[in-house]
Amino acid sequence: MTPSNARSTLLMAPALAWLTALMVVPCGLILALGFFRRGTYGGIEYTFTLENFGLLLDPLYAGIFLTSARIAGTATLIAVVIGYAAAYAIAAAPRHRQPILLFFAVLPFWSNYLIRTYAWIVLLNREGLITHGLRMLGYEGEPPSMLYTEGAVITGLVYNYLPFVILACYAPLSRLNPELAEASRDLGASAFTTFRRVILPMTVPGIAAGAVFVFVLSIGNFITPALLGGGRFQMIGNLVYAQFLTANDWPFGAALSMALIAIMMGLLTLQTFAAEKGAGEAREAADG
Amino acid sequence: MTPLLSIDNVTKRFGRVIAVDGVSLDIAENEFFALLGASGSGKTTLLRMLAGFETPEEGAILLDGADISHMPPNRRPVNLMFQSYALFPHMTVEANIAYGLEMEHLPKAEITTRVGEIMEITELSPMARRKPDQLSGGQRQRVALARALVKRPRLLLLDEPLGALDKKLRAAMQLELKRLQHEVGVTFIVVTHDQEEALVMADRVAILKDGRLLQVGTPHEVYEHPANRYAADFIGVMNFIEEDGKTIAIRPERIRIFPDTADRTAKGKIVARAYHGLDLQLHVETDLSQRPLLVRVTADAADRHALAEGDAVTLGWNHTDTRQFND
Ligand SMILES: Nc1ncnc2c1ncn2[C@@H]1O[C@H](COP(=O)(O)OP(=O)(O)OP(=O)(O)O)[C@@H](O)[C@H]1O
Ligand SMILES: [Mg+2]
Repeated sequence: MTPSNARSTLLMAPALAWLTALMVVPCGLILALGFFRRGTYGGIEYTFTLENFGLLLDPLYAGIFLTSARIAGTATLIAVVIGYAAAYAIAAAPRHRQPILLFFAVLPFWSNYLIRTYAWIVLLNREGLITHGLRMLGYEGEPPSMLYTEGAVITGLVYNYLPFVILACYAPLSRLNPELAEASRDLGASAFTTFRRVILPMTVPGIAAGAVFVFVLSIGNFITPALLGGGRFQMIGNLVYAQFLTANDWPFGAALSMALIAIMMGLLTLQTFAAEKGAGEAREAADG
Repeated sequence: MTPLLSIDNVTKRFGRVIAVDGVSLDIAENEFFALLGASGSGKTTLLRMLAGFETPEEGAILLDGADISHMPPNRRPVNLMFQSYALFPHMTVEANIAYGLEMEHLPKAEITTRVGEIMEITELSPMARRKPDQLSGGQRQRVALARALVKRPRLLLLDEPLGALDKKLRAAMQLELKRLQHEVGVTFIVVTHDQEEALVMADRVAILKDGRLLQVGTPHEVYEHPANRYAADFIGVMNFIEEDGKTIAIRPERIRIFPDTADRTAKGKIVARAYHGLDLQLHVETDLSQRPLLVRVTADAADRHALAEGDAVTLGWNHTDTRQFND
């Protein structure tokens, strides 16, 4: 080991120890439960089995995975479109105004997740602010049912994770050499073609990072579907929550968690590869 | 005959800064034109107006007699080679060069042929599949040039095209640019702040100062007949002698040492000598000016006179070789 290698290991040691002791070990212990059987009265019977994983393929549970993926996927798509547009606008603003715009974009993120989500209940409620607003505009009919729908869950997820997308997309957009877009225009491309062929491909790593973030956090989320979905929408997060806290089936909860973690790890690995590939290009763009 | 490009009394301000101030200029077809000026003199701003990235506040830009002042950059038959090259980092050399032709919606076969041709001319064929970050500075510069040239623009604008290169490569690329311009028959406007480069490459040179055009002429004209003291000082090396409220200017190579005949002679002492290979530059203290006069003598003459620091010399020159300025 070279001296600088030794030094970096030494510097990393506290963080590694922290992560191992407080993250890897407890998680490993819980996840290991997935290989055992549920005791008759809710405890754990320590005999090895794979049936918990078999249960994952049960249409009921596989269906919940698919619903979660659909909701998380929709939320991701919407968050990426809105977030990218916002990041683009911020990166195009005068340099000195960008920090304050970014600050406002991520401001909601600093308030409590639960409070933010409850705020949406106040808005979407049958007798909530939106209905009031409609009434004031002369609307007479039935109040629209917005709360406890899939739309409400997606709205909540988009709202909560949008700041991540804005930050992730802003980074490569702000580093983009503006002369690249000008060169594209100069060579005969319209503004739209310039975006599609130069700006978008060069900022894909940022989009990928933001998208994976939203998807991973959304698919495992249980607060938003519980509050805004009113329990009508089971997502994997709710299912895991139920296994550990109400059904008392820890082994199956562990198996569900492992499946969830596998999906997350897979996506994060893909995204890391995308970032690696994009890194050289981003570097090139920055020093232009 | 209408000139290819007519810049008619063009002005551009940025807030309170006047970047380009009432510039008028005609450029002929197939001309190699150099824009010369100190940093901040408005060279880039002028080029950006020609390319369509800035709009003039006053005046007009005419190409082939038609006003293009407000035409967007992608519609102008004008291409700009950026100082930073601005190559697309996510595309190969080949794709970078083909980009502009794809925008014209040319048939695939024609694009391939034309890209192949220009890569041949610019000696880029062996690196067609590489990305810009796998190229040397000189190679990148050639890609930027090829990408602009392949469009066969009416007018090619080059902003400090050789700025990033070292001295030797620079000299080689200067000749290369001239050769290419000849080969493809495109009108070039090159921005540079290197006066020697401008003199070597250009058919005509314009000197900008604070956004204003000081002088336009052939390299010979601006070198031998500078319009004013600033131009004289900016182009090449010049000695200034104050006499009777006038400024007399004379180039170092026009001063002779121990002359047989001369309109004007002066005695002096060598205070420094600098060897330049081909010639020798002497700093001679006289009572004509505060600063020592610069004198350039050939290595041959230097040997004959065995010149050393501290030696007394006689300098001489003819009136026809001097210029007079009243400012
Ligand atoms: N976008 C801009 N906003 C404000 N001022 C600008 C802008 N672009 C140029 N200027 C100013 O206009 C003047 C001319 O700038 P320009 O870039 O044309 O100079 P230049 O001759 O190209 O200089 P250099 O040799 O350093 O590249 C300068 O005073 C510059 O500060
Ligand atoms: Mg410039």
